[in-house]
Amino acid sequence: MKKTVPLWVVLGVVVAAFLFTRLGGNRYIYFAGYFVLQYIVLATAWNVLGGYTGYVNFGTAAFFATGAYTALVLILAFKATLPVQIVAGALTAGLLGLGIGYLTLRLRGVFFSIATLALSVVLQTVVSNWEYVGGGKGLSIIRPKAPALFASHAEYLFVVMVLLAAASVALAWWVQNSRVGRGLAAIRDNEEAAECMGVPTLRLKLFATTLSGCLMGVAGTPFPYYVTLVEPGSVFSLDYAVNSLAMPMIGGTTTWVGPVIGAVLLGTAQQVATVTISSELNLLIVGIVLVAFVMLAPQGIVGLVQRLFHRRSR
Amino acid sequence: MAWHGQTGTRRRWIVGVLIGVMALGTAWAPAAQAAEPIKIGFGMALTGALAGNGKAALMAMQMWAEDVNKKGGLLGRPVELVYYDDQTKPAAVPGIYTKLLDVDKVNFIVSGYGTNVIAPLFPIAMERNLVLMGLFGMANNEKLKYKNYFQIMPSGPNPALGWSQGFFEVAAKQQPKPQTIALVGADAEYPHNALVGAREHAKNFGFKVVYDGKYPPSTVDYTPIIRAIKATNPDLVYVASYPPDTAGIIQAAQEVGLPVKMFGGGMVGLQFAALQTKLGSKLNGVVNYEFYVPEPTVNFPGINEFLARYQAQAEKAGVDPLGHYIPPFSYAYVQILGQAVEATKSLDQKKVAEYIQANEFNTIVGKVKFAPNGEWAKSRVLMVQFQNVQGSDVAQFKKAGTRVVLYPEDWKSGTLIYPYSKAQK
Amino acid sequence: MFSLDLLLNAIVAGILIGGFYAAVSLGISVSFGLLDIVNIAHPAFVILGSYTAYAMNRFFGFDPLLTGLLFTPVFYALGVVVYRLYYLGFERKGEESLRGLVFFFGVLFIVEVALLLAYGVDYRMIEARYVGQSFHIGVVGIAFRLLLPCLVGLMVTVALHLFLSKTFYGRAIKAVSQDSQALRLMGVDPVKIKRIAFALSIATASLAGALLILIGPVEPSIGREYIGRVFAIVVLGGMGSISGTLAASVILGVVESLTATFSGPSWAPAVSFGILLVVLAVRPAGLFGR
Repeated sequence: MKKTVPLWVVLGVVVAAFLFTRLGGNRYIYFAGYFVLQYIVLATAWNVLGGYTGYVNFGTAAFFATGAYTALVLILAFKATLPVQIVAGALTAGLLGLGIGYLTLRLRGVFFSIATLALSVVLQTVVSNWEYVGGGKGLSIIRPKAPALFASHAEYLFVVMVLLAAASVALAWWVQNSRVGRGLAAIRDNEEAAECMGVPTLRLKLFATTLSGCLMGVAGTPFPYYVTLVEPGSVFSLDYAVNSLAMPMIGGTTTWVGPVIGAVLLGTAQQVATVTISSELNLLIVGIVLVAFVMLAPQGIVGLVQRLFHRRSR
Repeated sequence: MAWHGQTGTRRRWIVGVLIGVMALGTAWAPAAQAAEPIKIGFGMALTGALAGNGKAALMAMQMWAEDVNKKGGLLGRPVELVYYDDQTKPAAVPGIYTKLLDVDKVNFIVSGYGTNVIAPLFPIAMERNLVLMGLFGMANNEKLKYKNYFQIMPSGPNPALGWSQGFFEVAAKQQPKPQTIALVGADAEYPHNALVGAREHAKNFGFKVVYDGKYPPSTVDYTPIIRAIKATNPDLVYVASYPPDTAGIIQAAQEVGLPVKMFGGGMVGLQFAALQTKLGSKLNGVVNYEFYVPEPTVNFPGINEFLARYQAQAEKAGVDPLGHYIPPFSYAYVQILGQAVEATKSLDQKKVAEYIQANEFNTIVGKVKFAPNGEWAKSRVLMVQFQNVQGSDVAQFKKAGTRVVLYPEDWKSGTLIYPYSKAQK
Repeated sequence: MFSLDLLLNAIVAGILIGGFYAAVSLGISVSFGLLDIVNIAHPAFVILGSYTAYAMNRFFGFDPLLTGLLFTPVFYALGVVVYRLYYLGFERKGEESLRGLVFFFGVLFIVEVALLLAYGVDYRMIEARYVGQSFHIGVVGIAFRLLLPCLVGLMVTVALHLFLSKTFYGRAIKAVSQDSQALRLMGVDPVKIKRIAFALSIATASLAGALLILIGPVEPSIGREYIGRVFAIVVLGGMGSISGTLAASVILGVVESLTATFSGPSWAPAVSFGILLVVLAVRPAGLFGR
């Protein structure tokens, strides 16, 4: 019974989102919502690896771009529909994650992080030299008509993103509360000790990198239809790497709820800032908040709340 | 909420915004104004890679709004510009414009600066059949063929070709006729388009392409590239580059010594005071494109007054002190929209679009008529040569004589010093 | 299109650039290689150095190299402050690896954005007599713009190498990451040693920044381009080995230059990062590792 609860929750959230779009109203909400939801997926995905196992991934953009470019290739080659793109994007990005996972065989800690940083650059160069997807200049695509039931792509992409966000959060919740999660936490605390205790560290790490990469890729798949221009500079934007790392850090990395809180707060703040103040200040705020949190509140908002609770109950 | 009006009571806004962030996006209603204004909405690169140009463009647009409002506005209503910073990020564009249309309820939208932020605008404009004025987009409408799109950069109905036409026309007329050409450009959107055109011209004019390469925008040192080009011994070198690589390439060419007959073509950055003054006499002999230069032959009604006003404000705003490249055109693209609204006495998108499509406009960048694909009906990319540049004084670029127009014939103001090495002396 | 003088020129250009890469990488070689402090913000400090050189040149007409040298104490002090924060926030608590990385990521952004706010996004260049001058040795052309950074890079490398191997503090720095307990027994405070070493690494950024703006125009976010390159060099050179760093810098410079000359420049970045990925996967200790 308990196992099916998240499924029902996901379904409920998506249906609610769909009904919400039927109310009409202004489309800006859907675009702003899409922005925040996309970061819920990315932050949750980052946290599956970074938060649960302690491997810091700077290459979010590489996975995000893998998803976006897989979608683009499918659009160009087969005019595939969005669900097909999402599944394919998940597979390719997951495969890339698996490859990165094998790197962790040899590389621990910071070396792994540096490798992921390099991965982004290599992939960007490869894509920039690949004429079929537009090379360095990028490619703009024409959206097909929005599917029935939806007034426009704004609503459609919003509901799709709600589904993706809800599904990834549910997955993160499941991982955290399963044996897998306990194994990952053991790796984070002390990889050698975990290995000695008989935790299958390699299998678990591969699982975490694959799942994390897969979800990041998924977040990127609707990008071509969202912006209608796929261009290396914006797809490999450092924003994705910074935010997907800052959000869990601010929200709290040890639980599934941390990245969600971080993404909602930071994502909303950025979206508001886009239509108000200059983005330089916006970035400065992200930087300062990030540094302040890692220094003063290493457990993030979740940690702060827990501490507060603890003190009260005593 | 948006930035209304011109002057920045920025600190107050920021405080307001911080409170707003805490309240998590409480909706703000713009302050009510007496006569219902006509709102023109856009996103503009105020930060990010293209911010330098974006800010200058914005300043010129604000000057237009000022001018119009001084004369009593449009259709008796004041004009208001509603704009947000698009951060030079295409991904920010859909959000910004839906906000402009659905929350701020603007009457018209115009694009931000540059091809990449124009592209994501098309689906939004097409969904609602809006007039879409474009600011310096390169061949955005090629595939979409949206009939309500009008783009102000004067690269002509076939932008890729129009862009470098002058370079090749001028080269082909020289004696002895050049035989070979090297093509090089940054690996990005604009250079890619420019090189496509240059390749086609090379074929049509019968120049043999002996080098055809692109480099990543993050290149540190350009001497290996220049040496590789030099090794192929071309008569002509056509370069399509962005500002940092423009500087790097000219420096490297100077150091390596490039014994070619014509050099330049599509280098972005040489239109601005920053690079002009830094490179100084190294520019002599370089042939490059321009959209406006202060030569006696290039004189449109109103442009001198505009530039005088712009230059007076530029220093304080920290934008390009010359304002020859984007500002007059960003003034013109809203000027056209305004003239069309006045002429049709209507805010109806269809009527305004049809009027812009059918008529010729008198603007501060001259007479503008659009082709069916929304580009200028006839290309007016000027090909100029840097001559007599001395030292790093910016004043010399405000006067005639440093950038002599070679092409098109209608605007020609001097002759090419040929070959390149002769002009360098 | 292949010819001997092209090859020679490509190699020389690569060596020149390599000397400059060494200047940029040395700081990381010390902080990351010797101290285990993953200072990914280092390139941002280099850019800060570039802008200092730019401002001093613009307003007082100072030579960029002179500025670079004059400002090393200021950068040293900055390094002391950053290390203090890092120590208090992470090292003392023994949480340096993961959160420390994020800390420096944040610092990177703060420096970059501060520069953006102060100078805007436009590219800045510098005026100096020798920029644009060059001379020839046989078929090989050498530009002062590239030669000077290379020479200065070499000098800094040699100076740092001597400091680390000949002086007491230098040896203490080398020892601190390996056995801080032994240092303590000798009556040396490892925290102080680390502070000196880290501050020193930031001080090199002042000079490296001056070199960077000599070579070409600079804008605030250009530092990101160097993060991967610099870490590639440090890892390739074998963590913390100063001579290894120099060798790796030259190798990378030459490989990039050869790629740019012969197979089209658009693949150059992938080549250097490709090397990094391969080295990390096959021989994480680097080519010259212990």
